[in-house]
Amino acid sequence: MSNVQPIDLYARQISDEKQASVIDGSSAGTEKRYAVLGKDYKDPDALRKLAGSIKDHTLHHLDHYLEKAEAALVKNGAHVHFADTDDDARNTILEILRSHGVTRLTKSKSMAAEEIHLNPFLIKNGIECLESDLGEFIIQLDNDEPSHIVKPIIHLNRRDIAKTFLREGVSETYNDDPRTITTQARVHLRKKYFEAEAGITGANFVSAESGRLVLVTNEGNARFGMAPTPVHIALVGIEKIVPTDRDFGVFLNLLGRSATGQQLTVYTQFINGPKSANQPDGPEHMHVVFMNNGRTDVLESNCREILRCIRCGACQNVCPVYRQASGHAYRSNYAGPVGAVLSPLLFGDRFPELADLPKASSLCGACNEVCPVDIPIPDLLLRLRDKAKREKVHSPGAIPMTPFGTLATSPSLWRTAMTMSKAMNHLPIEVAPVKPLQDWLGQRTLPDWHGGDFRKWLKGRKEKS
Amino acid sequence: MSTTARPVTKRVLLMGTCLCDAFYDDVAKATVQVLEHLGVTVEFPENQTCCGQPAFNSGDWATSRKVAKHCASVFSGDQSVVVPSGSCAAMNFHGNLLQFEEHPDASIDSLAKRTWEVLDFIVNGLGITAWPGEFKEPTKIAFHRSCHSRGTGTGEAAMALLSSIKNSEVLAFGQAEQCCGFGGTFSVTFPHISGRMGSLKLDHVLEHKPDVLTSGDMSCLMHLDGLARVQGRAVPYKHVIQLLRDSLPI
Repeated sequence: MSNVQPIDLYARQISDEKQASVIDGSSAGTEKRYAVLGKDYKDPDALRKLAGSIKDHTLHHLDHYLEKAEAALVKNGAHVHFADTDDDARNTILEILRSHGVTRLTKSKSMAAEEIHLNPFLIKNGIECLESDLGEFIIQLDNDEPSHIVKPIIHLNRRDIAKTFLREGVSETYNDDPRTITTQARVHLRKKYFEAEAGITGANFVSAESGRLVLVTNEGNARFGMAPTPVHIALVGIEKIVPTDRDFGVFLNLLGRSATGQQLTVYTQFINGPKSANQPDGPEHMHVVFMNNGRTDVLESNCREILRCIRCGACQNVCPVYRQASGHAYRSNYAGPVGAVLSPLLFGDRFPELADLPKASSLCGACNEVCPVDIPIPDLLLRLRDKAKREKVHSPGAIPMTPFGTLATSPSLWRTAMTMSKAMNHLPIEVAPVKPLQDWLGQRTLPDWHGGDFRKWLKGRKEKS
Repeated sequence: MSTTARPVTKRVLLMGTCLCDAFYDDVAKATVQVLEHLGVTVEFPENQTCCGQPAFNSGDWATSRKVAKHCASVFSGDQSVVVPSGSCAAMNFHGNLLQFEEHPDASIDSLAKRTWEVLDFIVNGLGITAWPGEFKEPTKIAFHRSCHSRGTGTGEAAMALLSSIKNSEVLAFGQAEQCCGFGGTFSVTFPHISGRMGSLKLDHVLEHKPDVLTSGDMSCLMHLDGLARVQGRAVPYKHVIQLLRDSLPI
């Protein structure tokens, strides 16, 4: 099967049940998004383009805005750390935790933390680390991987979850009623918040102007994670900066609508720094870890637009390939169209191993059409295909294009081939000259060959006149 | 995709597309007939082959640039270039700009600025927004908006023309934004996913029992028909330009 693209192979092997979960979940996301954006904005495209240009501007001046953000955060009383690699980020966080004597913590959902596999690392180092987002909590119980940016368990159904809860002792009897499932999780997690000594979060946006950090959740779990704990650590990709607080308005209006079809996510937190003297509660210590982990390399590449991404998952929801293959097929925490661009770039040393991802697209462009920051994803996929070819990275099932090039640059040869190939009408499928074409013809038929007929018709008309 | 003003000339160069050259001669024929009906003179440069998209999408940009340069030289000059395919048109005015970013080429830029998808040309170039045609029988049309016409005027243009034909009913079907699964070489390298995508599209399209399935791209229709025939649920299919021609007394 080495001739088969890994993602196509994966899609052949997933169960019907899992695929139905993914297709239903992602289609519903797309439809809700269309409905809400269309209802609230006369021209959602103008808003998407504005958001894209704000991000673009920030990325072009990232050094400036990072310095500004750092200064503002420090002024607010936060400690700021910079981590160049995934190792640096993990170790920085571990050191912070050790310096505060933390042995148990809760963590809200963070793609940056997923990217560096923070959770298993902390557990290995003796720190009890509990995921507080319901989806991520289930992933943790299952020892599974998230398969979608905002719906990490899109590949599961409620029966799967009820089984997990019973197996792991979260519930005492099997019950797959959604309300019961959430109540069971809530009871289980509520205790843990009080026992935690630190809360780890990501950040959706950080304002360079004020150092204000924005966090959105639908479950309020990030707030719970911060309320009773003395230490808050935010792990933030350096591309999360926006220039001013005013920009939050643009992005928050787009984020909820694009991600889940909500006008605004249920909980939107603006975090101004650690607890101040006149606040009754909240963490006394706030640490912000800015992580590079390959982002400056992406910034220097010809695919830098991917760093505009605000992790809404709309491109995953709308992508017909993602719907068929599911997120795990993409072999990274970033699945779907955004992952197909981001993973091969971000994990630069794994480029050859991930170079098939950009090929898993019909280049239909639906991802670009829904992207809240107008990332030209199909263009970036194409640039990565070009990069793979130039770097001579092998691609399973690739069709050699040199013969096509010869034919298409020799007009007389082309015209001859058009006429001669009429023989194809009389040949059985089995003699198709190449294996991929045989596979293609296994599911489809070709129309009759009419090579050269149009040219003949034109010539006939000319002769008549 | 470029939406800057493009020249509208009364003599145009027809880019017939490799697909029409090989399979769909009647689509190229209908393009000539409709344009002539509208008073446009159509020239067909004999040395044309393909826009280069198969190699471009495969990542073989060195080969693709050669083909694109051949194409640009065949269609040189200052006339509008009209194509009965959103996909080949987008290659000319968008794909080429990507692959020539580091190899600036005046002939490529010129082709990009003069290329029109034919329905976009009729509506937004010639300013014809309603079609004076008529079908003999009431005809239910499923219009698949091909993906490579996203961001261009083609989709709206086709809808405007089709729905103004007497006796036509343009059907709305589910998940219209979804791809047919073809994607050129994608359907060869990802045959399973591509086939599933196509079958889903057929489910949505056939649910409303159209008399004819149409699009601005024969590649999508070829893929859908190829699947539908194997699955025993074939549906008549035509390019929009064929329907426009068929609705006229020509």
